[in-house]
Order: sequence, then structure tokens, then C-alpha cells
Amino acid sequence: MGEFAAVARGVTKRFGRTLALDDVGIEVRAGESHALVGRNGAGKSTLVSILTGMRAPDAGEVAFFGEPAPPVADSAAWRRHVACVYQKATVVPELSVAENLFINRQDLGGGLIRWKKLRRRACELLETYDVAVHPDELVSALTVEQRQLVEIARALSIGSRFVILDEPTAQLDGPAIERLFDRMRSLQDKGVTFLFISHHLQEVYEVCQTVTVYRDARHVVTAPVSQMSKPDLIEAMTGEVGGLTVPSGDDRPSSAEEVLTVSSLSGDHFSDISLTATRGEVIGLAGSASSGKHEFAETVYGLRKPSAGSISVDGAPVRGGDVPAALEAGIGCVPRDRHHQGLVLDLSIAENATMSTAGTFVWPSAQRAAGSTAIASYDVKAAGPDQPVSDLSGGNQQKVVMARALAGDPSVLVLINPTAGVDVKSKESLLGVVDAQARRGKAAVVVSDELDDLRVCDRVLVLFHGRVVREFGRGWHDQELIAAIEGMSSE
Amino acid sequence: MTKAMTEPVAAPAPGKQKFRLARYQDLALVPVIVLLLVVGAVLSPIFLTPANLVAVLTQQSELSLLVLGQAMILVVGKMDLSLESTVGLAPALAVALIIPASSGGLDVGLAAWLALPLCLLIGVAIGGLNGFLILKVGLSGFMVTLGMLTMLRGLQLAITEGKSLIDVPESFLYLGSATWLGLPAAVWICVVCYAVGIFVLKYLRAGRSLYAIGGNSEAARAAGIRVDRVVWTVLVIGSVLAVVAGILMTGRLGSVAATQGEGMIFQVFAAAVIGGISLQGGKGTLFGALSGVLMLGLVEQILRLQGVSGFYIKASYGAVIILALIVTRFATGQKQE
Repeated sequence: MGEFAAVARGVTKRFGRTLALDDVGIEVRAGESHALVGRNGAGKSTLVSILTGMRAPDAGEVAFFGEPAPPVADSAAWRRHVACVYQKATVVPELSVAENLFINRQDLGGGLIRWKKLRRRACELLETYDVAVHPDELVSALTVEQRQLVEIARALSIGSRFVILDEPTAQLDGPAIERLFDRMRSLQDKGVTFLFISHHLQEVYEVCQTVTVYRDARHVVTAPVSQMSKPDLIEAMTGEVGGLTVPSGDDRPSSAEEVLTVSSLSGDHFSDISLTATRGEVIGLAGSASSGKHEFAETVYGLRKPSAGSISVDGAPVRGGDVPAALEAGIGCVPRDRHHQGLVLDLSIAENATMSTAGTFVWPSAQRAAGSTAIASYDVKAAGPDQPVSDLSGGNQQKVVMARALAGDPSVLVLINPTAGVDVKSKESLLGVVDAQARRGKAAVVVSDELDDLRVCDRVLVLFHGRVVREFGRGWHDQELIAAIEGMSSE
Repeated sequence: MTKAMTEPVAAPAPGKQKFRLARYQDLALVPVIVLLLVVGAVLSPIFLTPANLVAVLTQQSELSLLVLGQAMILVVGKMDLSLESTVGLAPALAVALIIPASSGGLDVGLAAWLALPLCLLIGVAIGGLNGFLILKVGLSGFMVTLGMLTMLRGLQLAITEGKSLIDVPESFLYLGSATWLGLPAAVWICVVCYAVGIFVLKYLRAGRSLYAIGGNSEAARAAGIRVDRVVWTVLVIGSVLAVVAGILMTGRLGSVAATQGEGMIFQVFAAAVIGGISLQGGKGTLFGALSGVLMLGLVEQILRLQGVSGFYIKASYGAVIILALIVTRFATGQKQE
């Protein structure tokens, strides 16, 4: 084809003293799916904001299909060239699907809004792109998957043939990710071009033809996916040889001393789950989004009330549905979503890290010292303990959440999606912390969809529809674990 | 394994602390206050006299207590519009329960010494009821307190039949009219309340939890903070501070006016926002709020000494608040939400 859907050349962007992009470029061929990968802070988000006209570059140029990009002020023109599905929704939750599809053009050019016509056009549009959503439905009632499809359909209906997907899979479970990929492939056949951003390198191999790697605000390499092996790709991202090294913990000493005992626990979306964890043991909990694994973990930490059963730490029962009681008993937790539950973004690193453990009096100097210790212990890249966590990249924010969970030196750790949305290096260092804590005699429960997270575990329990359906010891194979998670247990 | 440490390591020795503007955000209004003092002194020879400055402080003492309560409520991510009618109702009801019907009371005839404790108790009840409706029933805080604002004001008018209560027990008038160590007791009470508030919000875990809740209540809950309990406590403290303001006002004026406190809520919000408290919660300090109060007080006094006509003073006051917001916007470099 030879034509480029999007080209950026010599783009530089500064935010104050930080150089977010340093003379970078990208060339996305029309009709391909092009992956953009890099660690947190590599400059991906900044490039996306420049490619979508949200920000003007300090230097450099952008062109779509050979045409120079419109000025930043003309957002309507940008939307005809390029559309972006962000991690955060750009739809209005309390309006219907139909209205969202034609937002700010509800009159369809006629001056007055004719609701029947609008609804009919929405129906046609949804049908064209095979989106099984009712046009009258409120967007707030849709699943993440449906919401993304509505956003993609809207983008295509405006006329854009170049779609940026910014970490679209972060909030989807396995089957939904597969469906998204099928759709990407079929749209690609119809001539749509994708720029695909993801932290899951496996997905790059599954769905993309070309990959571009950024590191520290610079362009490192662009190559056909078929010519980049996974270790090469990781090396390009990190600048270090050797792929992801997850501590497997094979040589972790085991102990017979039980720390966490959960007996016949039932609650929201799960029932009758029992498990015991001994000192130094790491237990993985896997399962699809609807398996109840998150709810189970949140119940252990007291964020949800159990309907039956009991939890005890070191033999002492823990009051259910009471976070302070769980903390008191020695349970620490990395909650599911760092923005929603993990951090107070405007507060400092020191304050976030010590939030669960502060005594009655909070001395700023002591708090700052504790913050500095957390920064050093968990390898947080930050200017200092007084920096607000909103300034940090995702991986470093997650390390602060980890620091908070460990601040009280708990004997049990409950980690929910501990490496969600963090880059390879941060993932390595977070999983290293889990392994190190287990070696110090703590018990850990790791709830995750990511196989890398589960590799650090001594055993993995698979949940399906709220019950434990299988248990794997060490040395499981990816295929059999995935099969069990999807409910295709072949035992 | 890479840099993940097995043991927490000692923090690197902090280098020379760099000067950071963000740390002094609190003090952003201090230059403005100094400027106002200079302007006042230039315009009027008596402006910098102790008598005039004490007068400013005394006038602002009641407002400052309301701002203190509201600031804490805002930091925790709520708002309480009913504070201004609490200022009137609590003293009116407490006094009415004591004085005879001939003086406009309810003829219950409780002992006079009960006036103060009773009044504070009414504050606790109002704050507690607001908290119950907002936290337990799950109603909108804005609407609940707006309803309460109207209801309490109406209740006061109903009890007093729209008249001022003049026959106020001596014990009730003391705080608002006494002088301690050369300064009005009201000023001392404010200084102590602010000192305690600033200390609690900076140095106590319970105080810091206000910022955590206002910033992200889910995260606060996940960190083990008992969110509802803290918010409820803050609402009760806010109401009690409003009651104290009402007691001081009653003492200063010698009676409970039927309109006592009316219209104050606007100034309360203005002072808090000028002082850097975010209406979205989680941001701002009590020192900032206090400087907002002082700034408004100085501006008002300058206008008064300039002899601005009573007809215009209200309009100019509104204009001044908008102007103050603009000045603050640029003095702090922060957008006000």
C-alpha cells in the first residue's frame, strides 16, 4: 500500500523541566495494526495526546494520509482524521447509546433534534459495526467491553479511518479480549488502521504487524513484529539484556505453621471457599472477571461483609467486613484499583504510604522519614517523600500502594491485581517484593489475571462462578491454567 | 531479582532541602493581608490603632468559627449550609426553654445555668441529624442541609413569634461580652479553636484522615479509616462551632435576634474558598481559611472607614468578594474548584 495513515516526525514536547518526547517519530502504515510499547514514562501517552490533537508539540510535525494535521484548536477536523479509545471513558454515562453516538451532532444536520431518526441512525450504525447494544440503553449500564465498542463505532462513524486504542485490554477479561481482537482484525480487513498500546506484550504478537518501542522519551526501534522476539522487545523497552525475570520462589523455604485460615467463607459472588496459608507461602487465585476472586480477596481484607464462614490470622478470628480489624489482625492489602481504592492522589507519597499505620500523632518529620524509607525500599522513582502521588507514573504509584500495604508489617498480604497497568521493570520489582516478603515468613494471596504474577506462587487456585474448581501446584503449563480459568477444566 | 529489597533500607540522607513554593501555599494570603493593612493605614489614620484592629478581630470572631467548621466539612468532601440558621436557632431555643412566656419563652422554666450546656447539646443534635440523613439514609448533603437551613430558621421564627429574645440569662451573655487579658473573650476563643484545629489537622492521625477522605473516600476506607464515623464527627463539630458563634453573637448584642446569623453562609463559603479550601474536598488548610476571614474583615473595615454608604455596602461587599477571589486565584496560582 505504501501510504501512511499517520506520520509524526521530529516531535519534541516538554512539560516544565521534564522532556516528555525528545525528537521522536512514528510511521503507521494504512491498514496495519501498529503497536506502540514502552515502560511507564516512555512518552506513549504524550504521543497519543499529540496524535489526537489534545496537545501541540513544541517542535515537529504530524500528518494523516499525507495531509498535514489541522491546528489544535480545530477539534472537529482532528476527529475526522483520528479517534482514540482511552482507558478512561469519553462517553457520557447518563445519556443513551444513541445520543452518545451522535453527541454534539444530535440534530444530524437538521437544526432540530428528531429523536426517532436519531434512534434509527444509531441502530444502523450499531448494526454496521455489529455491536450488540440497544440504542436506548444508558451508557452507564454497559459493560467496559460494550462501552469500548460504542466508542469505536462512534469514531468510525465520524469518518476517521485511524483509531488509537490506549490500553484497551486493561479492564477486559480473557474472552472479551479475544472478541476485541477478532473485531480489530475484521475492521482491519475493511481498511481501518490501528495504533495499539498495551503493557501485555503477548497481545502485540497476537494482533499487530509492526511494533514501535519508545524508551525514556526517545524512539528506540520500529520493526515488523515477526522480526522481534520477546526478549528482544523487552531489551528494547528496558535497555537491558534478558527478558522479564520473575522470581519463581522454587527455593523458598516452606513451613507448616499456618498463618491465614479461611473456612467456608461465603459472600458476594462466591461461596464456601476454604483455604489455609502457611508462613512463607504464596497462594495464587485465578479466574475470570466474574469468578468471584476479587470479591473473595476483598472480603478477607474486610472491604466486604461475609455472609457466612470465618477468617483467622495466627489462630485469632478476625471480625468480618471491618478493615481496621483486618489491619489490626495483621492483614495488609493492595486493593484492586489504585486510582479508585489505592491512593489519595493529591496527598504526598509519605502520607499515602503511612495512611494505614500512623499513630495518634503524626509528626511530619517522622512521616517524611517513613516516606523516604518506602521510596528506597520499594524502588520508587520520585523526587522525594513530599511529592504528590499524582505526579508518579503508574508503576511507581503501584509501589506506593505496596508500601502502604506492607507498612504495618502484616503477617498476611492480600494482593489484588498487584501489577495491573505497570511496565515490565516495575512488575519485576513488585513481584520481587512479594517473593522477598514470603521469604521473611509472611503468607500472601495474589489475585491476578496475569500468568507472570501467578508464577511467583506456590500453588494456584482457580475459581469459577464463585467456587474453587481446580488447584495447581508449581510447574503448571500456561495452556492448562488458561483452560481452567475459562471453565474448560479437563480433569 | 533486581532492586527489590529484602529489608527496608535506610533512606538516603536528605540533602539540603530545596525551597519549594508549594510548601508555602498556606501563606499565600499573608502578603495580601499586609498590603491591606498598608492601604488601610494610608487611607485612614486610625486604621492601625489597636482599638481598630481589635474591632476587626471581634467582628470577625463569629464568622471565623463558622468558617473553621465549614472548612473542616469541606475538606472531608461535604458541605453544611445549615450552619447559619444553627447560629440563630440554638441560642433562641435554649433561651426560650428557660425564660417565661411573658418574655417570649416557652414557659418550660428550666434552670438558667442550663442555658449554655443546652445550647451546645442542640448543636450536637443538629449536626448528628444532618450526619444521619446524609450518611445513613444516603441523601444528598447539599439538599439535606439546605432543607435544614430553611427548617431551622422557620423553627426559630415559630418559637419566638418573629421577635428578638431580650431576657437572656446572664451566664449566656458572659462569653460574648467579657474581656480577658485586654482582649475580648471571643477573640481568645477563636484563637484557641483555630490553634487546636490547625494542630489536629496537621499532627493527628484523625485530622489527616479528613484529607484522605476528601481526596478519595474509597482509598481512605481501604486504608482502614472509618469514613462514616469521621465525617459524622466533623459534621457535629461544625454544628457545635456554629452554636459557639451564636453564643458569642448573643453575648455581644445582648439579645437573640430573630434573624441572627442570616446571610452569613455566603461569607463563610467566600472566606473558605479565598483561603484556599477546595469545594471538591481534600484540599486546603485551616490557616488558609483563617487568612481568608481576616482578609474579608480588613476589606470590610476599610470600606466602612471610608464611609461607603450603607445602601452600597452590601453591593460593594459582594463585589469585593469576587475581587478577592480573583486576587487569590493569581496569588496562589491555583484554579478554584
